Amino acid sequence: MRLPTWLAQHLAALRALLVFTVLLGLAYPLALVAAGRLPGLAAGADGSLVAAGGRTVGSALIGQSFTDADGNPVPRYFQSRPSAAGDGYDPTSTAASNLGPESIVDTLAADPAESTESLLTQVCARSRAIGRLDGVDGRRPYCTADGVGAVLGVFHRDGLTGPVTRVVSVNQAAPATPFVTTWQGVPVEPARPGVDHVAAGAVIVPVRGDAPAEPAVPADAVTASGSGLDPHISPAYAEIQVARVARERGADPAAVRRLVAAHTTGRALGFLGAPGVNVLELNLALDQRFAAR
Amino acid sequence: MTMTTAGVLFILSLVVALVAVHKPFGDHLYRVVSGTRHSRVERGVYRLVGVDPSAGQAWGVYARAVLAFSAVSILFLYAFQRLQNHLWLSLGFDPVVPHGAWNTAVSFVTNTNWQWYSGESTMGHLVQMAGLAVQNFVSAAVGIAVAVALVRGFARSRTGDLGNFWVDLTRITLRVLLPVSVLGALALMAGGVVQNLSAGTDVTTLTGAAQTITGGPVAGQEVIKELGTNGGGFYNANSAHPFENPTAWTNWLEIFLILLIPFSLPRVFGRIVGQHRQGYAVAAVMAVLAVASVALTNVFELTGHGTVPQAVGAALEGKEVRFDVSNSATFAAATTLTSTGAVNSFHDSYTAFGGMMPLVNMMLGEVAPGGVGAGLYGLLILAVITVFVAGLMVGRTPEYVGKKIGSREIKFASLYFLVTPALVLTGTAAAFATGNAATALNAGPHGLSEVLYAFTSASNNNGSAFAGITVNTPWWNTALGLCMLLGRFLPIIFVLALAGSLARQAPTPASEGTLPTHRPLFVGMVVGVTVILVALTFLPALALGPLAEGL
Repeated sequence: MRLPTWLAQHLAALRALLVFTVLLGLAYPLALVAAGRLPGLAAGADGSLVAAGGRTVGSALIGQSFTDADGNPVPRYFQSRPSAAGDGYDPTSTAASNLGPESIVDTLAADPAESTESLLTQVCARSRAIGRLDGVDGRRPYCTADGVGAVLGVFHRDGLTGPVTRVVSVNQAAPATPFVTTWQGVPVEPARPGVDHVAAGAVIVPVRGDAPAEPAVPADAVTASGSGLDPHISPAYAEIQVARVARERGADPAAVRRLVAAHTTGRALGFLGAPGVNVLELNLALDQRFAAR
Repeated sequence: MTMTTAGVLFILSLVVALVAVHKPFGDHLYRVVSGTRHSRVERGVYRLVGVDPSAGQAWGVYARAVLAFSAVSILFLYAFQRLQNHLWLSLGFDPVVPHGAWNTAVSFVTNTNWQWYSGESTMGHLVQMAGLAVQNFVSAAVGIAVAVALVRGFARSRTGDLGNFWVDLTRITLRVLLPVSVLGALALMAGGVVQNLSAGTDVTTLTGAAQTITGGPVAGQEVIKELGTNGGGFYNANSAHPFENPTAWTNWLEIFLILLIPFSLPRVFGRIVGQHRQGYAVAAVMAVLAVASVALTNVFELTGHGTVPQAVGAALEGKEVRFDVSNSATFAAATTLTSTGAVNSFHDSYTAFGGMMPLVNMMLGEVAPGGVGAGLYGLLILAVITVFVAGLMVGRTPEYVGKKIGSREIKFASLYFLVTPALVLTGTAAAFATGNAATALNAGPHGLSEVLYAFTSASNNNGSAFAGITVNTPWWNTALGLCMLLGRFLPIIFVLALAGSLARQAPTPASEGTLPTHRPLFVGMVVGVTVILVALTFLPALALGPLAEGL
């Protein structure tokens, strides 16, 4: 009996798929898993696990939060970048923030639990907190002194044009004091939670302020990475943390700085990627060299 | 060395490597698709599949074979995901929801690899390696096979025979994709990409918190994800994840793998039609567009225009320290210039113009150099349209590599071109009209960009995302699944129909009246036609999204 052509073709398709599934879906990956047992490949294939004191404490490629149970930084450790993976550095829930470059207006709900912070406010808050923790200037352009985005909602008489009638500092709810007192002669009011000023017709104006263009807190310290698992910080971010870590451990800052240098990788071949400090490996080395007081 | 200098060297080293490799690799590809001697393994595969490797196929038969293979693959992958909880290595995950399983099945079979799900919390290891990764290979092979069939249409005359789909599929998979993947996977493993069957290692961190170090057969999937311009990440964070892309040099290698086959295929075209210079002209069009796009993306990201990047001091949100801004931008351009869609940084947080570039790259139709196979046939379609437009302007007979471009050919070319804009723009409009666009994370123009990006990515079979948008809803999964399906197979049908029509023609010897199609003038015209077609189609949509945001 001859099968109809269309059926024969689908049968051939099914057989082809099964052949390729066995070949490419089983033989190929399993052979690679076997190759991953070879010395030289095994450590990487297993996840570059790092042990300390006889137990596995993480992976050299996966970052960790060095915070206490309440999420506050543990000062004797170098701190990682902010992370959007789960509650921070959760490998079962890798993610970026996905907030855009003009995410600058917070949603201030009547119930603070329902408020959401814009990316700008997150950046400003992190910068301020790190500035305090590490004793450096935490100011940034477009940030208020109390660590939110310096953004005004400006109402004009005729919508987009005409004289200014009312100005709101949209990310600062009362009792906060607006970061400027007047704008084009009009007094600035704090935002009222639960009110959508953009929908009400406000023109959104970010205000740069007088912060230095190159803030003391480096860029990687105030931004979340793409994976949420970034194992590195920039050498600049490590540098501003040296004094604090040395003080907490009663160590010589120069010795801590040498340890940072030992865990800094430069650009591969001199031009690939960017220099980075592996935070977990650095902190492990610190624990070995300078036990915390 | 400054970041900019290092970034430029990074790009130059990629260019040098591709220039060095495209010739030997393209020649190898040529021998694979033109050879008639079959290895013992291949003969075994043909016997198991039950096909005669020496039988030629007319375009209709070839197309039906492609469609049959893809239809069976979609059903298989759908069932695989729905039944994963009964299979080994499921890691205890539930069956994938029906609309999600449909979306993912279509996504991987169409070489799109759009992902509504988070790999590490949805798919078991068996589904990943024996379901999804298999499609990474064969969907790439299908793309190359269709491109080769079109090229054969130019090269052959007075015949219906475009080759045999099963032979092309088998040979491309076994002689090109598999060997390169094995080598690439070993290299990635040496760099730290994991390859195991572990369900995860629970550890206690230095500060006493719990962390699960995930496992999985990642390296084998990672390499073909780039080489086959698929792009579907094992993990949600894709190539930003340190277990998929641990170092600066693995990042270089992954970009190289993404561009390797697409930039080698023009060589195959030149050799099959017997005129290397035609291949070089095609490669030149791809290179001009690609270099311009990579450069612009780098400039926009390094400049860091926009409120948040200005506050931060760099466009570093969503980017990894080890890649920094420039290597991230280069990856973003490469992944969208091809149909890959893997990401090593998150485009949603790019500057307005930096984020527009991936969108524009996809809107170009992914022809610079485009997905494996899809890039070459897309560009040949544009070349056909250019010959036609040029013919109209100067009154010359439209001809391309010895074949007349008549009304039948131009109809297929036009239909090909119209498919994706129709899908992108109606899809985006439908999302807003039905209120489904409300799942976008960001407000205003950026929200429009997210929706537009999703439909552009799906319809062009790219698969990258402006990831803020929530697409795990029945409406989004169904709509994007349809876009991926139609955006893949309608163009393939038109391409094969065009190939059939070209193959039947007698060759037209070049004459005084023939427009030379290997000179810089023609290269410039194809670039112009490509850019103008895109601008005319998509400028209004771009004006409402990224342009409104960035200006």
